[in-house]
Amino acid sequence: MKIAVCVKEVPDSAVHKRIDPSTKRLERSGESALNHFDTQAVEEALKVKEAEGESEVVLVSLGPAGALDSLRKALAMGADRAVLVTDEAAAGSDLVATSRALAAVLEREGADLILFGQQSSDSDGAVLWAAVADRLRRPVISQVAELTVADGKVRGKRQTEFGYDVIEAPLPVVVAVSDAINEPRYPSLKGIMGAKSKPQETLTAAELGLEGGDLGEEGSGTTVLALGDPPPRGDARKIEDDGSAAQQIVDFLAEKKLL
Amino acid sequence: MSVRPSDFPPPFTPREFVVEPSDPPDERIEVGILIVGAGPAGLACAIRLGQLVEDSPELAERLGEVPVAVLEKGKQPGSHLVSGAVVNPRGLRRLFRGQKQIEDMPFYGEVEAEGVYFLRAKTAMRIPTPPTMKNHGNYVASLSQLSRWLAEQAEEAGVTILPETSAEKLLVKDGRVLGVRTGDKGRARNGERLPNFEPGSDILARVTILCEGTQGHLTGIALDAFGLEGESPQVWALGVKEVWKVARPLRRVVHTMGWPLRAGAKYREFGGSFIYPMGKDMLTVGMVVGLDYRDAELSVHDLLQELKTNPLVRRMLEGGERVGWGAKTIPEGGFVALPRRLHAPGLLFCGDGAGLVNVPALKGIHYAVESGRLAAEAAVDTLRPGRTPWTPGALGVYDDAVRQSFIWRDLKEVRNMRQAFGRGFYIGGMLAGAMTASKGNFPPGNLETERDAEQPIFRTDRAKSYPAPDGKLTFDKLSSVYLSGNRTRDDAPNHLRVQTRVPEEIAVLWERMCPAQVYDAENGSVEVTPSNCVQCGAITAKGGRLTPPEGGAGPEYTLT
Amino acid sequence: MSTAVFLEHHEGELQKGSLGVLGKAASLGGDVVGVVLGSGVKELAAQAGKYGATKVFVADAPELEAPLPQPRVDALAQLVREHGIDTVLFAASVLASDVAAGLAARLDAGLNWDLVDIAEDGGNLVGKRPALEDTVYVDVGWKSEPRLALFRPGTFDPVESGGEAQVEELAPSFEDFSTAATMIEQAHEESEGPSIEDADVIVAGGRGLGGPENFSLVEALAKALGGAVAATRAVVDAGWYPYATQVGQTGRTVSPKLYVACGISGAIQHKVGMQGSGTVIAINKDPNAPIFEFCDLGVVGDLHVIVPKLTELVQQRRAG
Repeated sequence: MKIAVCVKEVPDSAVHKRIDPSTKRLERSGESALNHFDTQAVEEALKVKEAEGESEVVLVSLGPAGALDSLRKALAMGADRAVLVTDEAAAGSDLVATSRALAAVLEREGADLILFGQQSSDSDGAVLWAAVADRLRRPVISQVAELTVADGKVRGKRQTEFGYDVIEAPLPVVVAVSDAINEPRYPSLKGIMGAKSKPQETLTAAELGLEGGDLGEEGSGTTVLALGDPPPRGDARKIEDDGSAAQQIVDFLAEKKLL
Repeated sequence: MSVRPSDFPPPFTPREFVVEPSDPPDERIEVGILIVGAGPAGLACAIRLGQLVEDSPELAERLGEVPVAVLEKGKQPGSHLVSGAVVNPRGLRRLFRGQKQIEDMPFYGEVEAEGVYFLRAKTAMRIPTPPTMKNHGNYVASLSQLSRWLAEQAEEAGVTILPETSAEKLLVKDGRVLGVRTGDKGRARNGERLPNFEPGSDILARVTILCEGTQGHLTGIALDAFGLEGESPQVWALGVKEVWKVARPLRRVVHTMGWPLRAGAKYREFGGSFIYPMGKDMLTVGMVVGLDYRDAELSVHDLLQELKTNPLVRRMLEGGERVGWGAKTIPEGGFVALPRRLHAPGLLFCGDGAGLVNVPALKGIHYAVESGRLAAEAAVDTLRPGRTPWTPGALGVYDDAVRQSFIWRDLKEVRNMRQAFGRGFYIGGMLAGAMTASKGNFPPGNLETERDAEQPIFRTDRAKSYPAPDGKLTFDKLSSVYLSGNRTRDDAPNHLRVQTRVPEEIAVLWERMCPAQVYDAENGSVEVTPSNCVQCGAITAKGGRLTPPEGGAGPEYTLT
Repeated sequence: MSTAVFLEHHEGELQKGSLGVLGKAASLGGDVVGVVLGSGVKELAAQAGKYGATKVFVADAPELEAPLPQPRVDALAQLVREHGIDTVLFAASVLASDVAAGLAARLDAGLNWDLVDIAEDGGNLVGKRPALEDTVYVDVGWKSEPRLALFRPGTFDPVESGGEAQVEELAPSFEDFSTAATMIEQAHEESEGPSIEDADVIVAGGRGLGGPENFSLVEALAKALGGAVAATRAVVDAGWYPYATQVGQTGRTVSPKLYVACGISGAIQHKVGMQGSGTVIAINKDPNAPIFEFCDLGVVGDLHVIVPKLTELVQQRRAG
């Protein structure tokens, strides 16, 4: 079985993330790392591989050339090889453009199972898989907290606002895992040492048959217009308890229609 | 009656960390030369080894599939590094032999001007720069950034860097060091294995080179195991620094002495501050205090906050924003605290871990680089046909090389200045030096240095006068820890060994001392929050013991 | 402008979040239609008129019975193409997010997500999206039509306007792959109840509680307010409360409508996990606690006195 895991390199620091006012994009000049949520998808892929035997786990990503360094962590965990689509024209791609690039490379890979992590830690977007599935014309199950693969089908336990559903779909299929699905393994030292020599391929947009207008800002349907400060919290009220604080809180809640 | 932290020793024995290889032979990882620590010493050593391997195919073959590996407990090289830093480029020039120029290295620029000030709360008086503190020809750097660059050079030279991996135990058999055992990952607070538990591995090497930096864990274990501790005990200072984005560039290197430290002899507050320019729009400001201080309420973190309220410093920071923070200890024992030998069978010590720091000059990075380079050459020397690094004394070529190098000359030269400087950096020391100069120069052998943990502790109300954090100029410890990038998992085992039932003075001492708010004094006991720990090492100096946490834990410094 | 709002329903009820978006859409002007997709949902469709829809499209088909995204993409794509819709708005949910993203790919249409507001600016729509842990607000736009947007859950409350909607039926055709996934079991409640990430109200306790036994005060207030209980790292670390409830940098990130912080000093490690909350009330005896810098109502006082009284008053109010 062939399992593809879509992964992304994200700015690593929890502290210094910042949007560049001139490009209105997230600054990606600092340290980078593999998106933590994606390591859960990698973990699930490895579990499926361990259960199925005779499988290949391939990482698929869109990002700058240096992103291979971050992908290496997933190779160290046990993924077999990595394919990175890297093209200057792809910078600033939104959902529509990104899904185009990923669909193109996934089409080429022809995986039976395509896995996504729950979200990316930099843009908090949690929608990409559904767009990719539509482009690939394959079924999709998202927010999967438990996954089983058997008899050419996957069965996923989907977590929703209302509880959980159990959904089944035939392979080939796109599955997005939830952050409750597993605790990703630590790469073993042997895994880390072997990661560098695993096959790592980079592709340009043209090599995927995409044109300039398909990717980047040109290929995107949305645009960032301006950056601003968050709205100030309304005038904060501060009171000292004189015995009536509880009543004042209730009045405040009532005023805010929170009771 | 006075209490000493040393009266409450940590539940720790070095012997737990000396073991024989235990993995089945086919699971052991074998490398040629193993370096512990991706700092300036370890990476210089790795780069030199890369050069030697490149020059000699025979050596390459001898060292096997993975000729050189570097273990780093931080998330990546540089993650755990903090320094001033004004770097003397001498070691780096020698290492790169013209293949890399100063311009290729990530320096913020050459020191153009400098000033030393004596501070009071509201004033700053310029005083002449002591000769040892002159920085002409030196360069300002972030050691974290410099090491990341060195790591790239090492990787290009074919070195394997293994980050997020702590070297926990020393593998010793029949008196020979065979390598290290790395720490487990994925254990719960109580030590139980989590579902993603990943056991540590035995890494076996022909030569193991410890470049762990200040308070090196295995360095301490090995010095004990092989009886190599120096004639005088090692002592430390604690440095806490911040990096600021500023509105106006600072054009010179500034050191200050005096306030907010107290001059009274009973306090033993030796230290000072440094303020270095980092290009056009950043600077770094730090406070260093010797850990032989006695007041339980002393907090270097809060002294740094107080320092910034002095008009001289406040002006430099006006309109700026704090963008980085870090804390680290500095070995200050100097020449007399050096290990008796810098080698054991199969083992070498380099850099800060070995105590190679020139205290009056506030420098150590170039010694780290030079000692790493010399260690590489010594290791290779013992791998020539017919020799082995395990023959007793074989690695003594390293000691000889260090003794013939500028490291030894420099450290020996300032050995006698140690008394003049009292303990530690700066004028706290210099004033003390002036005061004690009349007593003449004792030969170093007569100096009775006490361990930092043996200083009797008393408690004043010093903490009352620390400035309240305003979130703009002055900050609390937790926001500093946040800025260090520390996001350590909270349910990991506690890597800090301390007694938790101790007298109030000791509990308060640890609470105030720790710049990362790891210890809380609570009614006669100590609450420990290990996930806050930034591994500065102060606790080891002052009565506890830092051991390496799970690889990848701790701060993620990028600008320090 | 011709705007369609995806109206999600569960167990025979239109979801408040979608109705809130419908109200917002109505306030922007133009034609606003609701879209109800399901099986046996015609009666639901008529209800949408009360909340601002002039017309409701309804597709009633067995393929739409289970709450799965892909058949809904087929139906919406057809609606957009055949009825001149230029804007499709969604209240984010597991289902709606998948539908919106699938539709974006199908129509090559721009999708902005996690919006907390939308406005018209000289004929163009401008959305507002908080970014970087809500520390920056980004104005986002669309380069062409149709424009798709997902709103952060709970952003708008439904507004009853009392109108009536004309109901028009759609007869979508479905792609093979869209109906390949099947629902085996639907909507089982988790035994432990919703996680704190999903709670509308959170009452959180910190060190100021004084001891683990006092979490009962927090639990009682949470129960009275119909909310979940959360804790700070310090108290989780001390073993007072389970790790699953920890809010902050190394715990969960939450954004409830109401966050009541009891005995929490407000260190940045905690703040980054709850700063997206709607209304924040803090009770702390230390007037200098940083939490007072980022709350809407700060109460300086003894939580051991205030919280039980507050619980009682809330209970009384709810009962009455």
